[in-house]
Amino acid sequence: MKKLVVVGNGMAGVACVEQILRLRHDFDITIFGDETQPNYNRILLSMVLAGEKSADEIVLNDTGWYRDNGIQARLGVRIDHIDRVQRVAIDAHGGVTPFDKLILATGSSAFIPPIPGADKKNVHVFRTLDDARALIAKARPGCKAVVIGGGLLGLEAARGLQLRGCEVSVVHLMETLMERQLDSAGGALLRGKIEGLGIRVLLPKQTQALFGNGRVDGLRFASGEEIEADLVVIAVGIKPNVELGRKAGLEVRRGIVVDDYMQSSDPDIFAVGECTEHRGQTFGLVAPLMEQGKVLAAAITGNRGSAFTGAAPAAKLKIMGVDIFSAGAIDDSEPGVETVRYEDASLGIYKKLLLKDNRLRGVILVGDSSDERRYTQWLRDDTDLTPHRRHLLFPPPVPDEGLRVAEMPDSDVVCGCNGVSKGDIIHAIHQNGINTLDQLKQSTRASTSCGSCTNLCQQLLRAVAPEFQEETRTTLCSCVPFSYERLRDIVRGQQLKSVQEVLNVYGNRKGCEVCKPALSYMLDMLWCGGHDEDRSARFINDRVHANIQKDGTFSVIPRMRGGVTSPAELRRIADVAEKYNVPMVKVTGSQRIDLLGVKKADLPSVWADLGMPSGQAYTKGVRMVKTCVGTEFCRFGVQDSTRAGIELERRLENLFTPHKVKMGAVGCPRNCAEATVKDIGMIGQDGSWQVVVGGAAGKSVRKADLLITVQTTELALEACELFFQYYRENGNYLERTYDFVERLGIEKIRKDTVYAPESEKQKLLDRLQRSKAISKDAWLEREAPVNPTQFVQIQPLENTPA
Amino acid sequence: MTSERQWTRITTTENVPPLEGRSVTIGGVDLAIFNLGDRFAAIENQCPHKGGPLCDGIVSGTEVVCPLHGWRFDLNTGLAVRASLPACVTTFPTRVENGIVLVDVGYGSRIEPEEAVA
Repeated sequence: MKKLVVVGNGMAGVACVEQILRLRHDFDITIFGDETQPNYNRILLSMVLAGEKSADEIVLNDTGWYRDNGIQARLGVRIDHIDRVQRVAIDAHGGVTPFDKLILATGSSAFIPPIPGADKKNVHVFRTLDDARALIAKARPGCKAVVIGGGLLGLEAARGLQLRGCEVSVVHLMETLMERQLDSAGGALLRGKIEGLGIRVLLPKQTQALFGNGRVDGLRFASGEEIEADLVVIAVGIKPNVELGRKAGLEVRRGIVVDDYMQSSDPDIFAVGECTEHRGQTFGLVAPLMEQGKVLAAAITGNRGSAFTGAAPAAKLKIMGVDIFSAGAIDDSEPGVETVRYEDASLGIYKKLLLKDNRLRGVILVGDSSDERRYTQWLRDDTDLTPHRRHLLFPPPVPDEGLRVAEMPDSDVVCGCNGVSKGDIIHAIHQNGINTLDQLKQSTRASTSCGSCTNLCQQLLRAVAPEFQEETRTTLCSCVPFSYERLRDIVRGQQLKSVQEVLNVYGNRKGCEVCKPALSYMLDMLWCGGHDEDRSARFINDRVHANIQKDGTFSVIPRMRGGVTSPAELRRIADVAEKYNVPMVKVTGSQRIDLLGVKKADLPSVWADLGMPSGQAYTKGVRMVKTCVGTEFCRFGVQDSTRAGIELERRLENLFTPHKVKMGAVGCPRNCAEATVKDIGMIGQDGSWQVVVGGAAGKSVRKADLLITVQTTELALEACELFFQYYRENGNYLERTYDFVERLGIEKIRKDTVYAPESEKQKLLDRLQRSKAISKDAWLEREAPVNPTQFVQIQPLENTPA
Repeated sequence: MTSERQWTRITTTENVPPLEGRSVTIGGVDLAIFNLGDRFAAIENQCPHKGGPLCDGIVSGTEVVCPLHGWRFDLNTGLAVRASLPACVTTFPTRVENGIVLVDVGYGSRIEPEEAVA
């Protein structure tokens, strides 16, 4: 076997090796990596800094991948020298590795301009996972952070630091932000968006020195101004790592010079990625690097095919809520170049296309980058735009999504990052029997880098895969267009504690009757009640703790645990009904009593006179546990369902849930309290309890699934609690348990709750307890209203003459 | 001739929490008053659909959503937004003076939506 040594364990090097593995080859592959991490997705580093992803989540190839593919990984080992005569690579420990072919994928490093003081403590660069970790360790709330560099990476670093609570300023040398990708109008709009996030933008400012005694204290500009800084990040650019190539005597200019097949000046040494220079161009973005990897893989395995002919630069800012995309040229002063523009200042949208000879030369998108794929394709293919002239700025309306996929030619690239075409995907689906997006990702790598083609991949799967399994993530609403799962991550990761905060940062700032209550619930659940409760984001029922009726009056249902009451309680209820002229008193299907037609202003005194806690019959929360008389009186009862039901209701009452939760406990399989059609049911048997979940007897009728059978009442109650909290954490707002159980499948639910490791179970129960400890009977607000007019009608200070 | 403006002092601004509404009856007119954060808005309190109390609705930007069936009204114009039928409510001018919300109930305006729906 021939020996192939790859120097560099980054995205470009490993992607190239992945391509080699797909071809027939006789290489024994060793990969050397400077960093100790397995290969990770460097594009997503800013998300790690922002807390949106963990370090583990951006790993592309874990150690198992190297093992499974017979690749020797030498991580944390730096190659110091390449001896082209002896054909060996010599590492920092003196180890000598012979090679027949060698690939240089050494990437690039952060460029540090020669500013005095750049070596002070707390001055960082942002290039590697270790850099991100170092920044995370120092980014404390209130810390004054300054990012030098208003380019892509600088802005992403600034946002990440800000989301960690730092007060962030961005200092930029030029007149506008991202001036290499945007024109001045786009740059100005971007500045407004960045400032709108609460990041200070200082420009044009030339940093003259970093001062401070050992540790950085601030920056001095050429203008003489100074600003304070506890933490400085230098993100002004990258420089290709060419030292190794230079020392080996290869031709090196700005990068290691390669030809159209990624071959260096030595025919056995290739180079790929950010360390290369091709036709005078260097690279810093992922898509062309993947293309290079393919060309290299073909060439090195003796399948030399298509050549690498360069790539138009393209950049996309990954700050949620700040959509920026730029590709190709931005200079519109060139003769023969015409521009097509669209601008809507109040929506913050700006689009500009540069055309020459009816062909796209460059594109800038601010505020709406939904069309980026179309433009990338036009740029790459040098498409004649004559037939598209009427739809340059917005795509023509698509009558049917399926059609759009169908109309795409097979050669069209779906995943620009990894260079996967529609044809590749369809081939993989048929060849490998793919049915899910995850399988598709594993098989083709499509949608594994930036993720912007996820929708397209899903559409293809839907159209082509015989048994496509839809991922059941739905977007919350158009005000905050993220899936529930994603929003939970965002709220958790970014420590968002109020509905308005979520709407400001990730939504349209307004919100509506759909997303506001959903976000209210999410915050309450995630922070176990420790959030900033905002009543204006809740439905009227949750502001006044009663159920609004068609005439604007309210219904009052006190809690009557397990449906058990007493003569004294019944007398009080009767007295209240008479005192307040309650038009209807009704026994509900939940073994409780409903007082209908109560005026809002009477609610506090009605509750006080009842002297009973809220039954939560107006909210998405714990309704009741319906019980039978169990062993107490019934001659068939085998379990004390009444007592168990009351205990279950006590443990869960006052908590909120994605949708209402109705429960039941029965003392024998005759099921008199209908536990098998409840969200959670306890079914007593001789010597054991069955706990069932996901039942319904409303709009849908569904028999509950068996969660587990246990011997003791305590274990049954614990199983109920585990499922209850699991549903709270993973159910989508307004998703009843019967939909939830069907969506996840009872096997998964069992595995994640009752059959989970003890430590996981304990965590679920702990979070439940935290929420429970902070929850309270809402009707106590009769004595301490959250605002003076919560229940009372406003009386005007004066009356106009009628 | 322009009629004389008659501002009625309603209540202190704190009595209407931000992005919530409250009802008040003045001169026999049932009004819903909203605190939009930077200003107050007043409209008639009855949803033209089934009479729902608009003061109890969720505020979405400068719109309010009726709590009964989700009809939505623009608080600036009073016009129903995205409703299945054209509809509107009367809007009343408001201002804030020394921390007191004032409304001119004699100066209500109604933009009747186009009757004909294409």
